[in-house]
Order: sequence, then structure tokens, then C-alpha cells
Amino acid sequence: MATQLNTSTGRTLFDKIWDRHVVVPETEQAPAVLYIDLHLVHEVTSPQAFDLLRRRGLEVRRPDRTLATIDHSIPTAVASWRNGLVDMDMAARNQVRKLATNCGRTGIQLYGVNNSRRGIVHVIGPELGATRPGMTIVCGDSHTTTHGAFGALAFGIGTTEVAHVLATQCLLQRKPKTLAVRVDGCLQEGVTAKDLILAVIGQIGVGGGTGHVIEFHGSAIEQLSMDGRMTVCNMAIEAGARAGMVAPDDVTFEYLAGRCKAPRGAAWDRAVEDWRSLPSDPGARFDACVRIDASALEPQVTWGTDPGMVAAVTGRVPASGASPRALEYMGFSAGEPLQGRPVDVVFVGSCTNSRLSDLRQAASVVAGRRVAAGVRMLVVPGSQETKRQAEAEGLDRIFADAGAEWHESGCSLCIAMNGDRARAGQTVVSTSNRNFEGRQGAGARTLLASPLTAAASAITGALADPRPLLHQPRRIA
Amino acid sequence: MEPIDVIRSPTVVMVETNVDTDQIIPARFLTTTSRDGLGRHLFADHRFDAAGDLRDDFVLNRPQADGCQILIAGDNFGCGSSREHAPWALLDFGIRVVISTAIADIFRSNALRNGLLAIVVEPDAHRCLLATPGAEVCVDLRAGTVSLPDGSQARFEIEGFARHCLLEGIDPLGYLLGRQAEIRAYEESL
Repeated sequence: MATQLNTSTGRTLFDKIWDRHVVVPETEQAPAVLYIDLHLVHEVTSPQAFDLLRRRGLEVRRPDRTLATIDHSIPTAVASWRNGLVDMDMAARNQVRKLATNCGRTGIQLYGVNNSRRGIVHVIGPELGATRPGMTIVCGDSHTTTHGAFGALAFGIGTTEVAHVLATQCLLQRKPKTLAVRVDGCLQEGVTAKDLILAVIGQIGVGGGTGHVIEFHGSAIEQLSMDGRMTVCNMAIEAGARAGMVAPDDVTFEYLAGRCKAPRGAAWDRAVEDWRSLPSDPGARFDACVRIDASALEPQVTWGTDPGMVAAVTGRVPASGASPRALEYMGFSAGEPLQGRPVDVVFVGSCTNSRLSDLRQAASVVAGRRVAAGVRMLVVPGSQETKRQAEAEGLDRIFADAGAEWHESGCSLCIAMNGDRARAGQTVVSTSNRNFEGRQGAGARTLLASPLTAAASAITGALADPRPLLHQPRRIA
Repeated sequence: MEPIDVIRSPTVVMVETNVDTDQIIPARFLTTTSRDGLGRHLFADHRFDAAGDLRDDFVLNRPQADGCQILIAGDNFGCGSSREHAPWALLDFGIRVVISTAIADIFRSNALRNGLLAIVVEPDAHRCLLATPGAEVCVDLRAGTVSLPDGSQARFEIEGFARHCLLEGIDPLGYLLGRQAEIRAYEESL
């Protein structure tokens, strides 16, 4: 990573948001007290935090700045919901009930089991317009980096810090360093935001962003939709970064306009004017920078057990230097071609790739085709609202006609703690964010890829490059 | 929280790099609403086979690992999920110090909040520790030193406020609650 030798005093997007939220400046003795605008809460990492407040006799300081939903441990299978979730694990059921009790007691708005706007926390925040430029946003979930796509400073925290924010709306933070990732050029057809971020992680490594906030910029980032920018920022944590950010622009404002929690009328105009002042100043100094050429990218897929073990789908497992343990776990040998690896399960979903444009991309490959015999394909929308929009466009029929499963919203097979899981030895092509050992079920083998690549692999029955399928004639009912 | 000053123990060594928090405690054990008793799920998919029996080949299952409080870990330990269940499980199992060349941000923060010392040392010192599993090591938080098996000492730094809290047994939430006036003034300025 080259250090940028720039002595100008321009401030970065990150600097501007940080400065606005300092309640007490940092000193040598103590970190800054940083104000948090929005605290997102879910069922898995919050119960112990609410208990801590109760033990200490503390109130939730700003329930109006807190939103809760259930996503990690809630089943997504349609049959489960039809049967009133009777098959739900008792511990998970208790966790969901506990969140409802905690929210009821403290006045926190909960998008709970029966709420039509519930969904994955990092999908509904933006969808509701609760996520906005210039904000500080935290959640007891590492993929909180997603919200940085709006030009917010958003990062994951542990449960003790969830309690800190509930009680004080603040966190103790040392100012992180900044890393500029500049992506110029044009993504080729069939190459998506997911491929871009996988390539970035492959380049800088899974620890390459540690201690840094990444600002993604350059023409390829500007050309991305909000869904694409969210995919990119979502996986900043997979490079070890504290947060990922993209400067807000007209794409951002268009996305937010009219959303239920977005400001309206004169307040909207004032907000947009303010948001336009947020992007990094010309010549702003970053602690480090890297460059990527988007035009040269091919669809990417991981072959190993961390998201940095990645290659072009047309490529091979590295001939040398690959972790023997990762190869053994994945059932790959050094130098083996990636395409053609037989696939058992395909998962389209997760806070990385479960938004409407992700589902449209997967559907565009699947339409008029059949999922290969012996392959189970799960399509899990990121929220109930996304599900309704997809159904209004007929995407659910496209998936069902192809033989794929269409689910209720939730984290599903990304975290495999909700009934959706792969079996030991199975190969899963997954649009999620982590290919760690056991992540999708003990012994399950995960290949991370884009929705296009995942869908192409489902149709082919083996890991496949989606590009040849994009314009091939097919049977459309 | 009990004040921490000096921790002396034989080490247990895990050479693997990029050990993520899904390995430290798999997600299926996160349906709990308590933070207690998670040590039994620590490294569950490595410690136990499919039948639930202990695997002899896993380092924490070896008799030499009994009572070891200091884990020497590979680069980028604790990456991935923000689950605080990871330090809770390590502490419940009896691990009080993790020493590596790099530790993931959220894990380190979670660890220090719970009195698990997450320490970074120079590569030379780390190599020495990796090469001598079971060596008796002394971690001195006040002095910021780790005694190495070769008789020398390695230095480490922990963020000053976290160090102060650990040495004195202070809960940082108390400090934040003490800034209510500033927080109120900030909110009024919005």
C-alpha cells in the first residue's frame, strides 16, 4: 500500500462526519466520545446488552434513535411461516421473544415477526430511509459497514458497546486511519459490484484494511447503483476495515427521496444541500491508497476459506502458495480449474446481495431455464418489502418455474442459525459474504460469488461463468 | 471487573492465520441470551468430531493445554463477525491473554472490554512464542512487557484508556455515564 504524499489540508468524507459527531475530543488519556445518530438492533447481539442496562438500573437514552428487527435466527422457509414457526428452535424463539419484550419495555420501534417491513437489518435501514448521508450508524453486527454506501460512518460493535450506545447514545472511539480505494474504468457486462469488492479483498487481503476506514471512489464506484454500493461497503469488513464509505451524490439522493423516514419538503432540500458538502475535498489526505482497474475485472469467486482467497471464475486455484488446510477443507487441489466444480446448493440472499437488483440479476439468468437436477437453489429476499416488489415484477414465478425455492426474508443460509443450512461436504455457491469453515453448516464448503454467477451455477449444476448465458436463447413461457 | 496486572501461565499455540470468530464460536451457539457458559462451545467444530467426541489432534484438547491461560495465535486473529460471544467463550474456557502479530479491530475491542488481553507483539517475538508451545510466559500489563522463552522481553502497547480501565478494574460505561452533561449539550446543539 503506497502512502499518499499529499500535504494539503483538505478533509475527507470520514473526517467531516467524525468531526461533526465528537462530543468530547480524544486526548492521550481517553478516546473521543462519539455521538451515534442511529443504532440498529437485532435479536442475537442485544439480549445481554439489555440485561446489562437492567442490572445497572439504566434507561435507554434515545429509543427514538434506535431501530430493531429480527433477522439472524428467524426461519425463512415459507412452510415454516405457514405453520406458525412451530419448527423454530426453542432458544431462537426465546431470543426473538426477548427482543420484543425489551423493545416494548424501552419504547424502541421493532420491525418484528408480524411487521410487514421487517427484514435483514442492513436491508431495511436504507429501505426505510433511516440510513442517510453524514450519519454515524452502529449495530451489533460487523456488516453494518453496508450503510457507508450512503456516505455515513457505519460500523459493527460488540454487545458491551451495544449497551454503551443504548445507555448513552455514545461510544468511546479512537480515530481510525483512512484508506482510499480508487476504482476507475467500467465494469464489463456480467461483472458486478460483488466481483469488484471480491477483487479488492483479494488484492489488499483480509487484514489489509485493519485499523482503517475505507473510502471507495473513482468512476466505477460513481457508476454503481445504491444496491451495488451497498454490496461493496458491506464487504469492507472482509478486508478487516472498520468501515467502508462512498461519497453521497445524486444517485444517493434519488434513492432516498420519498422514503418513509427521509425528510420531506423544505427539510429535504436543506438536508440535500448539507449532504452535498460531505464528499472529500479535492486533495484530501488519506493515510494509504490503492487503485483497481474495473475494466480488467472478470467475475470473481472464492476457492478457499476466507474472502481473500479469490480468483476469476475462468481461472484456477493457485498452483502454489495456497493454504493446504483451506484446500483440504474445500476439496480443491492446487492448480485445479474452478469452472466445472459440481455444486449442491446455490444461495441468493444475505445483506450483501438480497436487494431487488440482485434478485433481478439472478432472475435474468434463470428465466426460461431449469435449475440443474440435484441442485437446491434458495432465493431469499432481504426484506418483506423487497419480497413484495420482486413478486410484483413476477420474479418469484421465474424462480419457482425454474425449480428454485422462494423464501421469506432473513439472514438464512448466510449464517445458518435459522433452519437453513448446508450439509457437511456440500458445495454452496453463495452470494453472501463469508466462506469461513462451517459458516453455512458444519463441514459445508462455500464459494462466494455474484448473483449472476450463482444463478449460472444453479442452471449449469457446476460453478459457471455467467457471461455466456446472458444472451443465449432460452424458453420463455 | 477485577483489576488485571500480571498474568503468568504456560502458552498454548495455534499457528493458523486469519482465525475468524465463526471458528472461535460457530453461529449455531449464538441463540443464547446469556453470556455465561460459552466455553463449552469454544472452537466447537475443531474440538469435537461429528459424533460430539473430543478430537485428540486439536491443540486445545491436548493434556498440555490444561490450565493454559495464554493463547499464542496466528496473524489477524478474531477476524469476521462482531460476536462478543468469541471473547466470552475464550474467557469462560480459561484463556486470559491472546498474543498475535495482528488482531482484528472489533475482536480486540470486545476482548479488552471483557478483560481478555488481546496483545500484538513484533514478528520476531511472535516467532519465538510460536516455536515454544508450553513455555511459561509472563505478561505484565503495567510494564507493557511479555517475557519470552529465550529470556528476553517483548514490548506491547494497549490503547491507554483501555489499559487504565483494565489495571484499575474500571468499567468504561461508568466513564461514558459521567459525560452526560457534554452529551446533553451536544444533543441540544443539533
